[in-house]
Amino acid sequence: MSIPLSGTSASALPAASSTPHPHGPLLEAKGLSVMLGGRSVLDRVDFAVQPGEIVTIIGPNGAGKTTLVRAMLGLVRPSSGSVSRRKALRIGYMPQRLNIDVTLPLTVRRFLGLWRAAPGAGIDAALEEAGVAHTAGTPIQSVSGGELQRVLLARALIGDPDLLVLDEPDQAVDMHGQAELFNRIETVRRRRGCGVMLVSHDLHTVMARTDRVLCLNRHVCCSGPPQDVSRHPEYHALFGRHAADLAVYLHQHDHAHDPDGSVVRHDHGDCCHG
Amino acid sequence: MDDFVLRALAAGCGIALLAGPLGSFVVWRRMAYFGDTLAHSALLGVTLGFLLGVNPMVGVVGVCVALAFALLALQRRRALATDTVLGILSHSALSLGLVSMAFLETLRVDLIAYLFGDILSVTPADLAGIYGGGAVALLGVVLLWRRLLAVTVDEDLARVEGMPVEALRLAFMLLIALVIAVSMKIVGILLITSLMIIPAASARRFARTPESMAVLAAVFGMAAVLAGLLASLNWDLPGGPSVVVAAAALFLASSLVPVRR
Repeated sequence: MSIPLSGTSASALPAASSTPHPHGPLLEAKGLSVMLGGRSVLDRVDFAVQPGEIVTIIGPNGAGKTTLVRAMLGLVRPSSGSVSRRKALRIGYMPQRLNIDVTLPLTVRRFLGLWRAAPGAGIDAALEEAGVAHTAGTPIQSVSGGELQRVLLARALIGDPDLLVLDEPDQAVDMHGQAELFNRIETVRRRRGCGVMLVSHDLHTVMARTDRVLCLNRHVCCSGPPQDVSRHPEYHALFGRHAADLAVYLHQHDHAHDPDGSVVRHDHGDCCHG
Repeated sequence: MDDFVLRALAAGCGIALLAGPLGSFVVWRRMAYFGDTLAHSALLGVTLGFLLGVNPMVGVVGVCVALAFALLALQRRRALATDTVLGILSHSALSLGLVSMAFLETLRVDLIAYLFGDILSVTPADLAGIYGGGAVALLGVVLLWRRLLAVTVDEDLARVEGMPVEALRLAFMLLIALVIAVSMKIVGILLITSLMIIPAASARRFARTPESMAVLAAVFGMAAVLAGLLASLNWDLPGGPSVVVAAAALFLASSLVPVRR
C-alpha cells in the first residue's frame, strides 16, 4: 500500500537546497543514476556538499546510501549523470570496514603511513587527536571495533582534507562511543573547517549534529535542515510516525507503522510517489 | 662441487630471493590459487613461444598476462564465483598447453621437466635469465613497495587517495608472471606457487613488519633450496619436489617454534 502524501517532490521543501557557497560546492552530483547488476540502485540524484557543512545521508537498507558515497568518490561508475569535485579537492575517506588478511604484519602506525610518500610526524598527531595513540604499535587486525573506527578517522584526517567522507562511522561502536565519535567529528569540522559527508542510520545522533539531511531511498526523498526534514511527510513515510523514538528499529525500514503500531509494507520499498 | 650443482644452487637461491617478497604479497592478497592458475598457463606460453619463434620466457609472460586479463573480465561479469573462474581457467590452460604440445611434433621437449622442474640441468644461459629477469622484478617490487602494500590493504582507500589501482594490479600480475617465467625450469609449473607461498607462510609467525616477512621468506626459501638440493644429490631424488618437501618440512618445524608476542 502506498501512503497518501502531499508535496512529494524534493524541491517542495524551501530549505532543500543549501546556501550556495561563494567558492562553489566541494563535491556535486547532478542527475546521478547508478545501475548495479542490471538493477537501478540510484535514480537521478542531485546532491552537493558545501565547504564547512555536515551533511548526513539517511535511508532504509538498500536505499543506495553506500552506493551514493562510492559514486561520489569515483569508486562506482554512474550509468548516467555526473559527479564533479572542486579542483585539487583533498578527500579523507573513512570506509565502513577493513578486510586485511591476518598474515600481513602491519601495525596501526604503519597502516597510517601507507597512503602518502612522507607522512612523517602527522601520524602520531592524528592518532593522538583521535584518542588512540596507545594503539600505534598494535597489529591493525587486533584493535577493537571502536578503536578501529577511530584509527580510520585518524587516517582520514592525516592529509588535512577539505572533505571528510564517513560511511556509517557509528556502526561498530556502542551508544556512548557514538556520541563521542560525533563529538570528535564536530570538533574536527570546527577546527579545520572541512565539509563532512556521512552515512548514518542513527536518527538521534543525526538530527542533533548535522546541518543538512539527505533522506534517500534510491532517489532523493527529501533534504534540508534536520528540523525541516523531520517534519516532512516523506521522512515519516520512510521512518514511521514516531521516527525520533524509533531509532532502534531503523535498520529495517522497508515498512512504516500504523497508528496502532502494526507494520505497513510499502510496495517495492518506494516511499513517496503515492 | 660440480659446476652443475653450483649452477642449481645459484638458480634456486635467485628464485627464492625473488619468491620471498612476491610470495608474501600472494599470501597477503589471498591469491594462492590465482598464482597457481597463472603457473598452469605457462606450458601454453612455451608452445606459443616456440610457434612464434620467440624466447619461451617471453611466451610465458605473454600468456600469463593474457590470462590475468581474461580473469579480470570474467570477474567483472560476476556470473561465477572467483574460485570457479580460476578453476576453469587453470585446468583449461594446463590442458591446452599439453594438447598444443602434442600437436607440435617438431617440438621435442621434456614434458616432465616443465611440469616438475629440472634444477640440475640449469645452463649458464638459464642462470642469466633468472638473475636478469629476477633483478628487474625485484627492482619493480622495491619501487612499488608502499603502493602495492596500500592496494593490498584496501583498494578503495588507495583509489580515493589517488593511487592508480588498476595499473598497480597489472604491475603485480606482471611481476608474478616474471617469477613464473624464470622459475619454471627449476621447480616446474605445477610446483612454482609452493616456492612462493610456503616460505612466506613459514615466515609469518616471526615477522613484525611486512619487510621482515618478505626478507625472512626469502631466507627460508633459500634454506629449502639448499636442503632440497642436498637431499636430491645424496639420495638421487627429483630436484624440484625435494626442494618443495624441504620447504614444507621447514614450515612444519617453524610452526613448532614458540614465538613470544
